[in-house]
Amino acid sequence: MADPKTFKFNTKTLHSGHQPDKNYGSRAVPIYQTTSYLFQDTDHAAALFNLEEGGHIYSRISNPTVAVLEERVAALEGGSAAIATASGMSAMMLSLLTICSAGDHIVASSQLYGGSFNLLRLTLPRFGIETTFVKPRDLEGFKNAIRPNTKCIFGELIGNPGIEIMNLPEVSKIAKKAGIPVIIDGTFNTPYLCNLFDLGADIIVHSLTKWMAGHGTSMGGCIVEKGDFDWKQGSKFPTMTEPYEGYHGLSFAEEFGPAAFTMRARAEGMRDFGPSMSPTNAFNILIGIETLSLRMDRHISNTAIMVEYLSSNENVTWVNHPSLPDHPDHAVAKKLMPNGQGSMIAFGIKGGREAGQAFINAMKLTSHLANVGDAKSLVIHPASTTHSQMDKKSLELAGLTDDMIRFSVGLEDMEDIINDFDNGFRASQKPRLVASR
Amino acid sequence: MKVKVNGKEAYFTTSGREIDQSQPTIVFVHGSGLTHVTWVLQTRYFAFHGFNTIAVDLPGHGDSEGPPLKTIEEMADWMASLLNALEINKTSYVGHSQGCLVGLEFAYRYADKLDLLVLINGSLSMKMNPELLQLALDKNHKAVDLMMDWVHGPLGQVGGHPVPGLSHIGMGNQLVSANNHGTLGIDFSACDQYENGERAALSITRPTLCIIGKHDRMTPKKVGIELAKKINNSQQVIIEDSGHMSILETASETKNLLKKFFKENS
Repeated sequence: MADPKTFKFNTKTLHSGHQPDKNYGSRAVPIYQTTSYLFQDTDHAAALFNLEEGGHIYSRISNPTVAVLEERVAALEGGSAAIATASGMSAMMLSLLTICSAGDHIVASSQLYGGSFNLLRLTLPRFGIETTFVKPRDLEGFKNAIRPNTKCIFGELIGNPGIEIMNLPEVSKIAKKAGIPVIIDGTFNTPYLCNLFDLGADIIVHSLTKWMAGHGTSMGGCIVEKGDFDWKQGSKFPTMTEPYEGYHGLSFAEEFGPAAFTMRARAEGMRDFGPSMSPTNAFNILIGIETLSLRMDRHISNTAIMVEYLSSNENVTWVNHPSLPDHPDHAVAKKLMPNGQGSMIAFGIKGGREAGQAFINAMKLTSHLANVGDAKSLVIHPASTTHSQMDKKSLELAGLTDDMIRFSVGLEDMEDIINDFDNGFRASQKPRLVASR
Repeated sequence: MKVKVNGKEAYFTTSGREIDQSQPTIVFVHGSGLTHVTWVLQTRYFAFHGFNTIAVDLPGHGDSEGPPLKTIEEMADWMASLLNALEINKTSYVGHSQGCLVGLEFAYRYADKLDLLVLINGSLSMKMNPELLQLALDKNHKAVDLMMDWVHGPLGQVGGHPVPGLSHIGMGNQLVSANNHGTLGIDFSACDQYENGERAALSITRPTLCIIGKHDRMTPKKVGIELAKKINNSQQVIIEDSGHMSILETASETKNLLKKFFKENS
């Protein structure tokens, strides 16, 4: 029998979620730069407020331009629903606060973006939500950390900045046995490199600011719900199953089934916390997503060039990328992401912290800034910047060393980046040569 | 909510409202491999505007205990048993796809219990593609993928869900996949074998609304019109932008048609 003719990945990056405008025929997604939407009459207004019908009320809750982006990301991930947020951090916060309340507990990978780590380590405990951190390779550790009040496992498939790979299928088995969802930050892999739902994730969060948007222009985040997690098992997830006074006794799991999580996150979280994405940012991110496949292919091929260059460079003490056979997670990374294991490289520079700073200060073409996943190549010294708010113990737990340079491989001709790096390495070794005289 | 029907737990939702015996009741019956969730953009309106709404999970679907029923006739009888269990003597009936066949048979067997009838994306019979039927009986996920292709019109395929952020195909995929443990195949088989549609349609005397999707590839427009023509006292409406999932693809338009129909005939 012929295969289904539903859209394939590249077509989805260009079309999903958008019906061309009927009034003016605009082919591009219009930017609906409006705060609010006219009601047809009082009956219509009441129906919208009571979730009796779909539509837009106020752009803090939803917006037509943002909704196209949400549906596009849901389609690319194969999820039932998605909700866009102002940033990746707000996506993470919203995902956790949709199911966690004071007294609840989270099990998280210790290899996380510094902001995520601090949210879990410092901020959520102020609201009564505790986290136990487990090294991403420690499967037994994940199992042992789960308590009766644990509401989810949180992690990154490609850890930041240590580039450890979480064995998601195995972690997912542990979570399923415990009856809790797995929430995975898919920023570094994007839906192009792997489908996290197929690997066992229940909820995906993204910083769309990075590879999805791809050009370093616009902040944005997104939560995507797979739709098959059984919130009704036991009484562990009251925000999903119990009648919600805020909507006349609505049970999100009962009424919205596969989209229960997203509906609760929007109806409560966007209403009360308000981390909404601007329609202009949604437009910019949509433009970025149109070329996701093309860009990711180039990111991956450029990464291979740079891994080879760094691996044979006498000024580099170590190179960390999952494509390297000596990476501890090489086999699992190849299995989970056969088309490329991301475009983040970490490496150690001969001469440690001072050499690293000299290298970064000498960069002319490669940008020194606090972002990843730009079309342009980026470098940073995590220990003194993105992860600087972590104490020594936390830095060790995250696998961070003083000599580490984090490199986000861009789309330039790598010959030019190599010239830039050659200059940087020359500069990095000068202080040491002077010191040895 | 749950109630025992024929000794098995039957699940239905009332949108969180208590059943009020002084109010008119509407039952909503889903299509093959689906559940009550498909009705959320219709049921919540009526539940808050003077009706009892009972959106069921047929046996073996969603949260209703199995096994799934093997014939449309058994499903019609089950609906009558459910109403008895809830002490509801008369109801309006809204069905989608397979739920229309159940509605026809319910109207034929239990005419005294029926008030108004709405058949959405329905037909007099539903002969299944043999290969699709076999895939579903084999619990092969390709049956779900093919269904997601065929049930959605151009609007559902590209997207533009009435509820911001929801994906037509993603939602449908999850709903049907959850019932692809044999239930979908049994549903398809029940549809394929049903032969009493024309006789049942001819027997209906109550006001009936037939909603047809212009781009419906499962129950094409012409079979929807044929169904409407067999029912006395019926009206038909063709929705321009809809495929087979009018209740979701054109949810507001479908709800507004229901509102108008119930207002005119109540």
